[in-house]
Amino acid sequence: MNRHLISAGDLTKDDALLILDTAEELARVSERSIKKLPTLRGRTVVNLFFEDSTRTRISFEAAAKRLSADVINFSAKGSSVSKGESLKDTALTLEAMGADAVVIRHGASGAPHRLATWVRGSVVNAGDGTHEHPTQALLDAFSMRRRLGGLDGRRITIVGDVLHSRVARSNVLLLATLGADVTLVAPPTLLPVSVGSWPCEVSYDLDAVLPKSDAVMMLRVQKERMNAAYFPSEREYSRRYGLDRDRFAKMPDQAIVMHPGPMNRGMEIAAEVADSPRSTIVEQVANGVTIRMAVLYLLLGGETLA
Amino acid sequence: MSESRAVLEGPDIHRALTRIAHEILERTKGAGEVVLLGIPTRGATLARRLGDRIEQFEGVKIPVGSIDITMYRDDLRLKPARPLGRTELPPDGIDGKTVVLVDDVLYSGRTVRAALDALNDLGRPTSVQLATLVDRGHRELPIRADYVGKNLPTAKSEKVKVYLEETDGREAVLLIKEGAK
Repeated sequence: MNRHLISAGDLTKDDALLILDTAEELARVSERSIKKLPTLRGRTVVNLFFEDSTRTRISFEAAAKRLSADVINFSAKGSSVSKGESLKDTALTLEAMGADAVVIRHGASGAPHRLATWVRGSVVNAGDGTHEHPTQALLDAFSMRRRLGGLDGRRITIVGDVLHSRVARSNVLLLATLGADVTLVAPPTLLPVSVGSWPCEVSYDLDAVLPKSDAVMMLRVQKERMNAAYFPSEREYSRRYGLDRDRFAKMPDQAIVMHPGPMNRGMEIAAEVADSPRSTIVEQVANGVTIRMAVLYLLLGGETLA
Repeated sequence: MSESRAVLEGPDIHRALTRIAHEILERTKGAGEVVLLGIPTRGATLARRLGDRIEQFEGVKIPVGSIDITMYRDDLRLKPARPLGRTELPPDGIDGKTVVLVDDVLYSGRTVRAALDALNDLGRPTSVQLATLVDRGHRELPIRADYVGKNLPTAKSEKVKVYLEETDGREAVLLIKEGAK
């Protein structure tokens, strides 16, 4: 494995399977009464969050704490960043405090990559701009593997705001590595120009793809990143690309519904679909802690890689 | 170059396990409250075999599980992160039971120390005992086995390798001498 986890595309199939298998064993720890392992005692993990986040930050914090690492939380609000400190100076400060791993979320695509050249510890990308979110892809793959039994040859459909979604990009890269067939469904305005070079199919017709899907992942419409009119109205978007009850009924009986959260209920996903037993949305959050434990263990648990 | 010599063959391993199973029954007065926990990979296999034998001899079904100690090792930092083994406790847990840890080779004692730490996080057994197929000496911690298949005098430069049908397709314990380079 690499020293850093910046892109899901950096993982080989063996790396990805090692992470998933490790998580499978660690999931058992979450079921015991003492949910703590001594493995990362004396190691320091810094959560460096320049963007708002609930589940990812808490998830990384819980994961690090369950492995007995010391956790330092840093959010840009209320820090020297608001006084104009640069990313590099912030990184060097953390370095001086002895961070063994830096978990970074940043609004700028590529920030974790840059950070990795400045610090000695491992860098874990917890979402950078519209680029990547590899641990989300790993936890999605983990959730799918647990429900579907395997990923090889499975048909996964990712629907919605692909253009602004780091989750979609990481998922496409990882799922392709793991042998799944991925189809993206979105309005043409919400697909990146480069999508032709991604290892996946593209469709504009959700109703045609749904009956052939083993898992359907709905993406959040990221209004905060939308600076132009990408679709005529929310209602039209919802009618054409939202997963409502009728569309849900067209899916195969065993197919699952996923969403990385936070959801806009009624927009991309109907409330009753989100709450159905075939939805993995709550499971995904629990699996997030497990998969992040696996990542932190594999990056920090052994000898420090050069 | 290295040369290897079989110190135990299939029938020897079979007899050693049979004797240990009898000893466990004798020492625990019928193995009523015993839980066998094997340390993966081969310890877990041996624990299952011991459980089967005890059932054959006395007709009592003993809970058998496995306890992975990777996350509790004291030498994790010396090697790249290792894959994890499986920890599987019997449904009734280990509280108030007599836990017999089962491993293939007892050497420095550090694996057993890690297993004791891991047990600590899993419950509170009344007592803990240790069974091992081979005791090769060179202890670095004050730990000893309660049940030993074979005491094997070794040099530190030698290696002991256990092969079991379930994992390796053959049955043998080899003593490997690292020869002159």
